[in-house]
Amino acid sequence: MVTVQLFASYAELVGSHSIEVPVNPGDRVADLLGNLRNLPSASLLPRTPLVAVNRAFASEHTPVSVGDEIALIPPVAGG
Amino acid sequence: MSRSAIVERTIDPAALIAEVSSPQCGAVSVFLGTVRDQNDGRAVDGIDYTAYTAMAEAELASILVEVEELFAVTSVVVEHRVGSLDLGDVSVGIAAAHAHRGAALKSVRYVIEEIKKRVPVWKLEHYSDGTREWVDPTARHSEARA
Repeated sequence: MVTVQLFASYAELVGSHSIEVPVNPGDRVADLLGNLRNLPSASLLPRTPLVAVNRAFASEHTPVSVGDEIALIPPVAGG
Repeated sequence: MSRSAIVERTIDPAALIAEVSSPQCGAVSVFLGTVRDQNDGRAVDGIDYTAYTAMAEAELASILVEVEELFAVTSVVVEHRVGSLDLGDVSVGIAAAHAHRGAALKSVRYVIEEIKKRVPVWKLEHYSDGTREWVDPTARHSEARA
């Protein structure tokens, strides 16, 4: 399991600022999102949100493993 | 010299100017983002800003490295505020100093445009009719945003 941080609208949609998602050795961001979609509590999230791994924007090919800092990034609106 | 931060306190533009100013610089350019009283035709009472602070600070630092490389700016500082802001409050402050005006002006423009693209900060607008909504710039097409 990894803890995926949620912010702003995504935290409201899930009702929490984090969600536990299963990961397996060798998994990449695409696998993580697939596992996330299987969780009933994540049903309201978009299918392919932006993902950050260790505080940097990730692609679907970025490896993920236990211990990584992972977050879903809603459309940013700073300024 | 460069410095970037996510802050919970009031942003002081005079302090930012003093921080970047030096005798070697003939130009100091400043950008302030402020809370506006309407958005997409709806009356706004205030905005709650929230951030993924660790990543936002990392992105801000990266942007300042880029701006130093692109424009050879002598000194640049940026602060983005989080928390509950009222109308007119400064949400983001940027100051850049250079020997000449061109690079100083380009630097602050670059920083604010990159913030809007990639710094994980979000705003929850509170409207005068009592409703509230997370701002999603990707869902808008009607107006050029400040």
